[in-house]
Amino acid sequence: MKYMDHNVVSSKMKSRLTKNKFFKGLFFAATMFGLIVLAVLLIRIITQGGGYINWDFFMNFASRFPEQAGIKSALIGSIYLMLVVAPVSMFLGVGTAIYLEEYAKQNKMNRFIKVNISNLAGVPSVVFGLLGLTIFVRNFDLGISILAAGFTMSLLILPVIIVASQEAIRAVPRELREASFAMGATKWQTIVRVVLPAAVPGVLTGSILALSRAIGETAPLVVIGIPTILMFTPNHLLDTFTALPMQIFDWTKRPQVAFHDVAAAGIIVLMTLLIIMNSIAVFIRNKYQKRY
Amino acid sequence: MATTTTKSVKINNQPIKNEIVEKTSVYKTNQLNLWYGSNHALKNIDLDIKENEVTAIIGPSGCGKSTYIKTLNRMIEIIPTVKTSGEIIYRGRNIFSKDYQVEDLRTKVGMVFQKPNPFPKSIYDNIAYGPRIHGIKNKKILDEIVEKSLRGAAIWDEVKDRLNENAYGLSGGQQQRICIARCLAIEPDVILMDEPTSALDPISTLKVEELVQELKTQYSIIIVTHNMQQAARISDKTAFFLNGEVIEYDDTDKIFSNPSDKRTEDYISGRFG
Repeated sequence: MKYMDHNVVSSKMKSRLTKNKFFKGLFFAATMFGLIVLAVLLIRIITQGGGYINWDFFMNFASRFPEQAGIKSALIGSIYLMLVVAPVSMFLGVGTAIYLEEYAKQNKMNRFIKVNISNLAGVPSVVFGLLGLTIFVRNFDLGISILAAGFTMSLLILPVIIVASQEAIRAVPRELREASFAMGATKWQTIVRVVLPAAVPGVLTGSILALSRAIGETAPLVVIGIPTILMFTPNHLLDTFTALPMQIFDWTKRPQVAFHDVAAAGIIVLMTLLIIMNSIAVFIRNKYQKRY
Repeated sequence: MATTTTKSVKINNQPIKNEIVEKTSVYKTNQLNLWYGSNHALKNIDLDIKENEVTAIIGPSGCGKSTYIKTLNRMIEIIPTVKTSGEIIYRGRNIFSKDYQVEDLRTKVGMVFQKPNPFPKSIYDNIAYGPRIHGIKNKKILDEIVEKSLRGAAIWDEVKDRLNENAYGLSGGQQQRICIARCLAIEPDVILMDEPTSALDPISTLKVEELVQELKTQYSIIIVTHNMQQAARISDKTAFFLNGEVIEYDDTDKIFSNPSDKRTEDYISGRFG
């Protein structure tokens, strides 16, 4: 007795193939939806703000007149912010990941920590803003400064860096660690000489993507009380400052339509910055592609 | 290093061959028990391993032979649930004693693994890894160690022109000999080999086997193998493990020609395992 009737199978073949085609089309449409919306947005912003992008736009401070408005203080503020966020968040994030993956024993406490770090990544940025306002601005008395905002942003992206670094560290084959231990290396020597070099691409990619999130984040800055109009650039880390998303937010709020075009120009600058950072991440990932 | 002492070795109360054997013990295992959680993996192991010999450990999968060899340099402790009792005396000191630094032990006892595991670094950096972690920084000394180790592992001629290339570009057999060279670079006393040829093709296997024969003049070698012919070809003594126990431990010639235990005979004649 045969269970497969090939005539029946052939007669039903057509509807199966149709279904196959239908889903292919459906998922293609899903992909296209996002891409088209993004493209429309980009085109609109570029046509709107492109005209404002010139040397003066980078060299001028904010102004009541749209033609004279510039992003100097915001751009420099954002760069300062990154100078705090990058080292602080990467040191804390990679350090935590190394501890959890290499040193921590597999007990309940540490499993609890691991689960909650992932949960932390889902906490809204406004909440982190409130945390930063309470702890860094008020308790530590750092004021509305680059340092306070930088610490807040570092906390915000810390979970992302930790999770990305943990995954990169976990992906390093156990055999490499064993080879190192078997020659009498200590744990620290093994981490520095074997684990981290192999994990660097993953760690850096994750960190840069997290940093590019921090550079575009607005809510925590609003909550901390970062000013939007600033006619000077900060001199040190305890100075107050403004950042690109804040400046864009301010221009968008204004009633004069011309300022909306200035905002578009600001968005172009911010997006270019993000694209550059993401490209660096992609470049690093490709260059140090895992060879094991 | 090899000092001859006057202990004549008797196994099963028969003198080995008709000469006086004057070999020092490297490892003495006394009543070793090991558990993975509740799984009793090694049961009352007593083994006396001699200097400058090749000791083969054979047995079916899951008999504890890999576990045993990894206990000899305490690599087994990487698994957190492992518990041991009994003692392993290496050169007169119990390796389980509290004040025995595991890093110190592993500097004297090198290990070659089942799967070639070079670091994703250059050939040179692979070999220099051990000396570097133990504090040697002088480039000239490192150069000498690298050459000596690669020659010792019979791979110098194949790689001498490409020392700065990534070790991952080598074939599996070459990688394994790089791993042996890397192990020689820390100038160990004992070399543990955990099925070193199981991932290699026959020609590479032959090369590694020849290498083992050469190395035993300077090192004591303990090798775990699935391959009974290999044990017969390269070892001086053979231990047969079954279900976590040592069934028989004797001269390799004796084990393979005239085993005293029925189970050993069944295993080597291929009736199980």
